[in-house]
Amino acid sequence: MELYHFTEFPWPHLPPDDSFSSMRLSLPSRHYDPKIGAHLYNMYLDQYLLADELGLHCMINEHHQTATCLNAAGPIPLAILARQTRNARLCILGNPAANLADPIRCAEEMAMIDNISYGRLDCGFVRGVPYELFASNANPTETQERLWETIDLCIRAWTSHDGPFNYEGKWIHKRQVNVWPRPYQQPHPPVWTTGGSDLSHACKTIERGHNFAMFLTPADGLAKMFKGARRYCRENGLPEPADDQFAFMPLVAVGETEAEAEKVIEGVFWYVTHNKSEPQFRAPPGYNSRKLYADFLSGRYSGGRTDAIRRKGVSYFRENHVAIYGTPDSVVEQIRSLYDKVGGFGHLIAMLHSGDMDYKTTAKSMTLLAKEVLPQIADLGTKSTGFGPLAERGAMAAE
Amino acid sequence: MERQRETVELPAARIEVERIGSGPPLVLLQSAEAYEARLDLVDRLARTHEVFLPWAPGYGGSPLPGDVRTIDDVAYIYLDLIERYDLHEIALVGCSLGGWIAAEMATKTCERLSRLVLVDALGAKFGGAYDRDIEDIYFLSFDKVKAIRFADPRRDPLDDMTALGEDEAMQVARHRETTARLCWDPYFHNPALKNRLHRISAPTLVLWGEEDRFVRPEYGRAYAERIPDSRFVSIAGAGHYPHIEQPDATLSAVFSFLNGGKG
Repeated sequence: MELYHFTEFPWPHLPPDDSFSSMRLSLPSRHYDPKIGAHLYNMYLDQYLLADELGLHCMINEHHQTATCLNAAGPIPLAILARQTRNARLCILGNPAANLADPIRCAEEMAMIDNISYGRLDCGFVRGVPYELFASNANPTETQERLWETIDLCIRAWTSHDGPFNYEGKWIHKRQVNVWPRPYQQPHPPVWTTGGSDLSHACKTIERGHNFAMFLTPADGLAKMFKGARRYCRENGLPEPADDQFAFMPLVAVGETEAEAEKVIEGVFWYVTHNKSEPQFRAPPGYNSRKLYADFLSGRYSGGRTDAIRRKGVSYFRENHVAIYGTPDSVVEQIRSLYDKVGGFGHLIAMLHSGDMDYKTTAKSMTLLAKEVLPQIADLGTKSTGFGPLAERGAMAAE
Repeated sequence: MERQRETVELPAARIEVERIGSGPPLVLLQSAEAYEARLDLVDRLARTHEVFLPWAPGYGGSPLPGDVRTIDDVAYIYLDLIERYDLHEIALVGCSLGGWIAAEMATKTCERLSRLVLVDALGAKFGGAYDRDIEDIYFLSFDKVKAIRFADPRRDPLDDMTALGEDEAMQVARHRETTARLCWDPYFHNPALKNRLHRISAPTLVLWGEEDRFVRPEYGRAYAERIPDSRFVSIAGAGHYPHIEQPDATLSAVFSFLNGGKG
C-alpha cells in the first residue's frame, strides 16, 4: 500500500456565509489577500516536503476560479516538488485533459517534471469537475471523448522518438509533433485517470494498463467500481489487474488518542462543509448522464456527490470509509477493512489537510500516519510488473 | 388540424418532419426549447400555408449523428431537406435558435425562399470582445434564465419542471444536451455570420420581443441593419418568445409581412 499526502490548497478566509452564493466560479478575488495567500502556498508546499521526509508520496490537483483550491495549475507545485523532494512519487490528479487548450504543452511539462524528479511522476489525466467547463469554456458534451483523445496523443508524443508526426483528430489538430524532452521513465510515466460511477470508464482505464482512482466515495460504490473492473478483466480474458492499479482518496486524520483524531478530522471536514456552489454550476448540459441531468432538471436530484454524502454526517463518513480517522491501530484496521470490502487497492491518497488547519496539527497527523500506520500496511496489496515496483522507481532519485 | 409525421433520409442526417395544412410552403424552424411544435401558432399558420416543421438532429425524433457539431452543419442539412421536398417560394420562419439556422441557410442561398422571418434570432456577434451580446443561460440560475427570457416568467411552457414526467424530462435533457453541443462555444453564434448577412436577398422581417433580455432588441436592430431588404418590428409585452407571450400581435405581423405588407 502506497500512502500519499494531499491538500487542496484551500483559501479558508471566506466572507460571511450569507454574503455569497458560491465558493466556486463567481466569488470575487477581492476576498483573496495575497499577503496571507503567499504564506499559505508556502505552508502547503512545506507539507509536501515533510511528506517526502516521512516516506509518504505527494498528490497534487488543480481547480480554477475557486476558493476551494488555489492550485490553478498543478504542474507548478509539481515542478517545485520535483526539485525539492527526493523520494516521494509525485502524482498529479490530474491534468484536466478535457479542458486543455494545448495537450502537447502538457506532454512537454510532464516530461520535464519526470526528468527533473528522476522519474518520480505519476501522470493523471482527468475529465474535470463540471465547474471547470465554465472556467475553461470547454464544451460539456465532449469531455469524455476529449479526455481519451488527449491521453492517447500524449502517450504517442512521449513514445515517438523518430522525429515529427502529424495529428488531425476529432478534437485536436497538431502539426509536426516532436516532444522534447522524452520522459525519464520508459516507455512513459504511469498514467492515471479518475472516475465516478461510470464503470465503462474504469474498465477502459484498467484494460489499458493505467491506474484508476476514486475520491470520497462510500465503500459500496468503491467496491462496485473496483470489483466491476476486475470482473470485466476476467470476463474478457485480460490479465488480472494488480491492486496498485486502484487508488482511493478518503479524508484522513491520525491522533495519539481517539479524541485527538476526532478533533483533527473536524478540520479536514471543512472540505465537505465548505463547498457551497450554485446548482447550475454542477450540471452543465451533457456533462452528466442524460438520466442524471433529467433528474436534476426536474428536481429529483440536487446534484453533486459531496452534497449527497454531506447530509449524512460524520458517522456515515466513517462507517463508509469516506473518512478514516482514529488512533494508528484503528486507522490500520479501517484501511484493512476497506481493502477487503472493495476487493483490494494499492494507493491510499490521504486528504490530511483542509480549511484553516495549521501546519503543526497537519504535520502531527501526517507523522503518525507515516510512522505508526504505514509500517503496518506497507505489504498490503499486490503490485504491477508493467512499470516495475514503485519503490524502485522512486529510488532513482536517491542515487 | 391533422399532422402528418414523416422521416426524411438525407446524406448527413435522418430528419423527422411534421406537415400540417395546405397552401404555399412555410418552413418553421423551432427554438432550442422546441416549444413551437406544441403551440396553437402552428395550426394558425397552417390555415393559409402548408407548414413543414422539421426537428433538427438531436431534437424530437431526429437522431444526432456524431459528426453534426455546428449550426452550420444543421443549416446544410435543412438546405438538403428543402431540395428533397423540391419546395419553392418558401416562407422560412425561424424562432431563436431556429432563427439562427434560418439566417445561416439564407446567407448560403435564397434561391428557394420567398420571404424570411427571424423571431428573436440568435447566431451573430455584433458587440465587442467584452460585450455579452447573448446572456449566459448556462451560468445563471434557472429562475434568472426564466426572468430574462419572458416578460412574464409564468408564461414559460416549462414553468414547472417538477411537473415533468420522466420521459418528458429525458426529452428536455436531450434537447439541452444537443443545444450545448452545437452552441456552447462560440456561444450561440457563428463569428462569420455577421459578415455574411448582406447576402440575404429575400425580403426579411426581423421580429423582436420588446422585453427580451436574453438577446436585446438592439441586437435585433443590428441584425436587420445588415440584411438589405429587411424591416424590424418589435412586439410589446413579450420577451424572447413573442409568439408565446403575444401570439396575436406576432401572427398579425407575420401574416401582414407574408401577404406582401411591411410586417
